[in-house]
Amino acid sequence: MNLITALARLLIFPGLLFAVPAAWFFLWVERKAVALMQQRVGPPFMQPFFDFVKLLGKTTPPRPGIAGALMRAWPLLAVSSAAGAVGLLPVLPSSGGFEGDLILLLALLELPSICIIAAGFSSRSLFGEIGSAREAALSVSYNIVFLLAIVSIATSQRTFRLEALAQMHPSFLTALGIVAIVICLPAKLHINPFSLPNAEQEIYAGPMTEYAGPELAMWELAHGLEWVAGTGLVATLIAPHVTAAWLAGCIFVALAFATVLLLSVLAAATARLAIDSTVRFYWQATLIFAILAISSAILVRFRS
Amino acid sequence: MKLWKRLMCTARRRSPWLFHMNSGSCNGCDIEIVAALSPRYDAEQLGVRLEGSPRHADILCVTGPVTQKAVGAVKTVYDQVCGPKAVIAIGSCPATTNVFIDSRTLVGPLDKHIPVDVFVPGCPPRPDAIIAGVAKAAGILAERGNNPPLTEIAIAAAGPAAPKEVQP
Repeated sequence: MNLITALARLLIFPGLLFAVPAAWFFLWVERKAVALMQQRVGPPFMQPFFDFVKLLGKTTPPRPGIAGALMRAWPLLAVSSAAGAVGLLPVLPSSGGFEGDLILLLALLELPSICIIAAGFSSRSLFGEIGSAREAALSVSYNIVFLLAIVSIATSQRTFRLEALAQMHPSFLTALGIVAIVICLPAKLHINPFSLPNAEQEIYAGPMTEYAGPELAMWELAHGLEWVAGTGLVATLIAPHVTAAWLAGCIFVALAFATVLLLSVLAAATARLAIDSTVRFYWQATLIFAILAISSAILVRFRS
Repeated sequence: MKLWKRLMCTARRRSPWLFHMNSGSCNGCDIEIVAALSPRYDAEQLGVRLEGSPRHADILCVTGPVTQKAVGAVKTVYDQVCGPKAVIAIGSCPATTNVFIDSRTLVGPLDKHIPVDVFVPGCPPRPDAIIAGVAKAAGILAERGNNPPLTEIAIAAAGPAAPKEVQP
């Protein structure tokens, strides 16, 4: 991957120029799907965009010193890492990539949640600290399953290159891995039934309690970009391999949209679980399947 | 620059986020605020979101006649809302202290302590009156921008009852 393709992927498609409107669109789809499930009309189409612009125009309380600088830095770091994760997705065929970019993608996907943990603690708010502690516990519980699922897919294909994974032939083993990733996505995106860290009204706004104005706008954008990156990862893994670039783009958007719809309907249909039930769910119920997937992937590899 | 200002004006009108504050209310008005967000009235069509933190909110919805215990909290939360901001007094209690008038545990009405932009009278007001009040407050926010609120202006959102000066 040379510099120009890397910049084009980061800035144009599937990077910022595509990902930011897509993030607003997915945030709208989430809210609209929840509203339709509750027999409401729901927010207008431009709502996430208006929310973003309005938050940019609000004032922030004065925050001197290191704590204030950190509170301004975390949301920017979260936005840039989520945008970088979207830019790494191998949406278009033969778009380049390098050996081991899957590991970079996993790191970039993990960075926003680490930013959220740090943001809650650096805001010095009691509710922020509770939210951050919950986010840390949640991260420890779902990441084992998430990483095992991705590693099982990578082991079965014998590569850590995203483009090779996007072109893989579907098998029972990879399907199991993708289902495990989809099960982990609600926890990664903090939506119901795993909306523990930002538990609305329960601990005010969790780690975001003290954030206002442009900083909050950046958090909303980071959340939207996480939607694009998480559902985009699933979409690239299940998308069939086509050579036409426009068709590959359309299939990617359609599959990501379907994943967003599935997760939003799941969020509307479920209630928030307590932290101990969540940890038990991931460590007891799903970990068994993830270990099965990775052990069978290793067995298949040794047999062949 | 002019285009950005117009866009900001539209965004402020179309995205009012509420923070709900109870200053000793009997819970009647609080139930009606929740009813305004329920499927039957669905205030989210106007972009309304009930926020958990006052830092995120644009509009502070105060219910209740402002008791001695609550007045400090009301002032603190008003200061925590970031500008530009508006205040809605929901129900007759924050407007006039209602049937609790002359009680020695009250320091209301609300506009003695913080500037109020919209009054929604009623005991309790109907959810559609609350939504009308929110829409009016969002319009005030869009016009006002970052200028400080004018303390003497108070507008009745729905119904004929205008707030009156209460003799202590």
